[in-house]
Amino acid sequence: MSLLLQDVRKSYREPDGSPLPVLNIARFEVKPAEQVALIGQSGGGKTTLLNVISGITSPDSGLVQVDGVDITRLHEVSRDRFRAERIGIVFQTFNLLPAFSALENVLLGMTFSSRVDRKYARNLLEQVGLSHRLNHRPGQLSVGEQQRVSVARALANRPKLMLADEPTASVDMAHQDTILSLLRTACSENNVSLLLVTHSPEVSSQFERVEELTAFNKPEAAA
Amino acid sequence: MNLLTIAWKSIKQRLLASSLTALSVALGVALMIAVLVINGVVGRIFSQSGSGYDLVVGAQGGSELQLVLSSIYRIGKPYDNLPWRFYEELQDYAGVDQVVPLCFGDTTSDEEGSFPIIGTLPRFFGLNYAPDRSFGIKGEILKGTWDAVIGSEVARVNGWDIGSEFKMVHGGVQDHVHDERFTVRGILAPTGTPNDKTVYIHLRGFFMLDDHAKPASEAIERIATLYGEDIGELRTKYTDLLTKEAAAQKSGQHVHHHGGIPDIQKEVTALLVLTKSPSASFFLTGKLREGVIAQAVNPVSVMYQLMQNLVGNVRYALMVLTGLIIIVSGIGIFVSIYNSMSDRKREIAIMRALGASRQQVFSIILLEAIVLTLGGGLLGLALGHGLVFAAAPIVATRSGLLIDPMHFETIELWIIPALLAMATLIGILPGLTAYRTDVAKALYD
Repeated sequence: MSLLLQDVRKSYREPDGSPLPVLNIARFEVKPAEQVALIGQSGGGKTTLLNVISGITSPDSGLVQVDGVDITRLHEVSRDRFRAERIGIVFQTFNLLPAFSALENVLLGMTFSSRVDRKYARNLLEQVGLSHRLNHRPGQLSVGEQQRVSVARALANRPKLMLADEPTASVDMAHQDTILSLLRTACSENNVSLLLVTHSPEVSSQFERVEELTAFNKPEAAA
Repeated sequence: MNLLTIAWKSIKQRLLASSLTALSVALGVALMIAVLVINGVVGRIFSQSGSGYDLVVGAQGGSELQLVLSSIYRIGKPYDNLPWRFYEELQDYAGVDQVVPLCFGDTTSDEEGSFPIIGTLPRFFGLNYAPDRSFGIKGEILKGTWDAVIGSEVARVNGWDIGSEFKMVHGGVQDHVHDERFTVRGILAPTGTPNDKTVYIHLRGFFMLDDHAKPASEAIERIATLYGEDIGELRTKYTDLLTKEAAAQKSGQHVHHHGGIPDIQKEVTALLVLTKSPSASFFLTGKLREGVIAQAVNPVSVMYQLMQNLVGNVRYALMVLTGLIIIVSGIGIFVSIYNSMSDRKREIAIMRALGASRQQVFSIILLEAIVLTLGGGLLGLALGHGLVFAAAPIVATRSGLLIDPMHFETIELWIIPALLAMATLIGILPGLTAYRTDVAKALYD
């Protein structure tokens, strides 16, 4: 199993101190190389779910198993390292570092896993059609190109699981399909599981498996 | 790519602010280097100018400092002179290796720079003027009675060369100029010491000049007092001399000594002594202290004390001041980095999301502070020495002070570790801000 969530609960605190349950997931799984579209309302806990899966946020309880490892049991440093090595993240706003070139942004993804491979980074950028833009900074790239760099960076450490948070939301309609296709192809070619969060029916309709967050996340039951 | 590259990229991203803050450190360090080098040079000139000699011997009564300042640095006047007899006796003292007499008090004219003139023997130039530093001389060393050797500054200021002639002003009194002309036969290479501003003439010539012999009656009285000898016997011994002097006084003329001044009328101002061992210096100093004629001092220890008490404090004050400048520059770097942290929270959160640990983002910020501070410091080192390098010829031309721009003070070795410590302090707080960044919040804000 690439991803397994079991009895995962996460609450935040309201300003008055009362708990605000956001996640209450009995079970959710993604198989190796499987591609899943996750849809849900804004404020429904999609981002928190991705943060919990990536280990950025710790759940209050439950099992979060990625590639066979329960990341909730890892020490923070090990969890950071694990995230660097096995999880790729594509953000809605790309989150490229402006001072770094396209190639350097991809290399940055490798730096924290200590597996810097310049040749592979070039290959990835070539794979996303940016071999002619290696030394361009994000400010010198189009929105679509920036998102492609973001995809290449997420693949930099040969992850087992790719998390994509509305990756086409900031891209115009003309580029949405390209980005999506690129992401899906890259994941299949590299045997990476993909969990893509979207609120766009056009995007989710392209996936064989589409999950509604509210179908398996019942925060109100935890209240 | 590594953490240092990431830190460097961050610095480049804020190039102007980074450059200005690093430059402020550079200027502080450059100033400190200039102070250190110049202070070191002045210190060495003070403490080493006379360090080629084990002892300086002069008349008793004056202070040790007065003796050293007048005989080595040519500052002020000596307390009194020593009889020639003492010089001859000292040469025979068991622990003494060499004694070089110095007679001074005369100068060149005001128009010729009022440089002090010293009567001495050729062997003066065979002694090292500082440890392992011997005189370099163009020309000859006092072969003839009327020969002179001049310091490099004397030559430069007056435009004198081999063959130039000059007259001496007696006791620095401008209307009392000796008739005799001395000829420059040798020019000293620059030494960076008072020797550069001194004229040396042959002792023989010095004693040939009018008023350079002590009146016979006074000389006899002094010998009787200093050595406890019977004045009547001395007067009998030197009857001819006293008679000749009385006759000359009556006619208002100077006494002319054919065949040179008698030894009893000769005086030396100071004696430079090389002893055979440190213990010989110690015993000679003690022995002279017991008597009433002379005192011996170690010029290095006297000047070292002066340096510590006077120049040392100035140096300390300057060091504190430049240190404060560097600290202020450090605060500038801190403010620059700390202010940038709010803009960089997202950047840090992205790195954390990509797998950077808290320690790694802390290290990146710390490295940034270190690169800026050390970079500024190294630039300051280069600038400081560059400044001294550029100023050295100007200072040499104007003051005769020789500065070696490549000379490094030992204390400079502490600058880099001190800057490293400062950079660490500077980087800690912004580093902790990075360390504590709430990744989820910063990513989606």
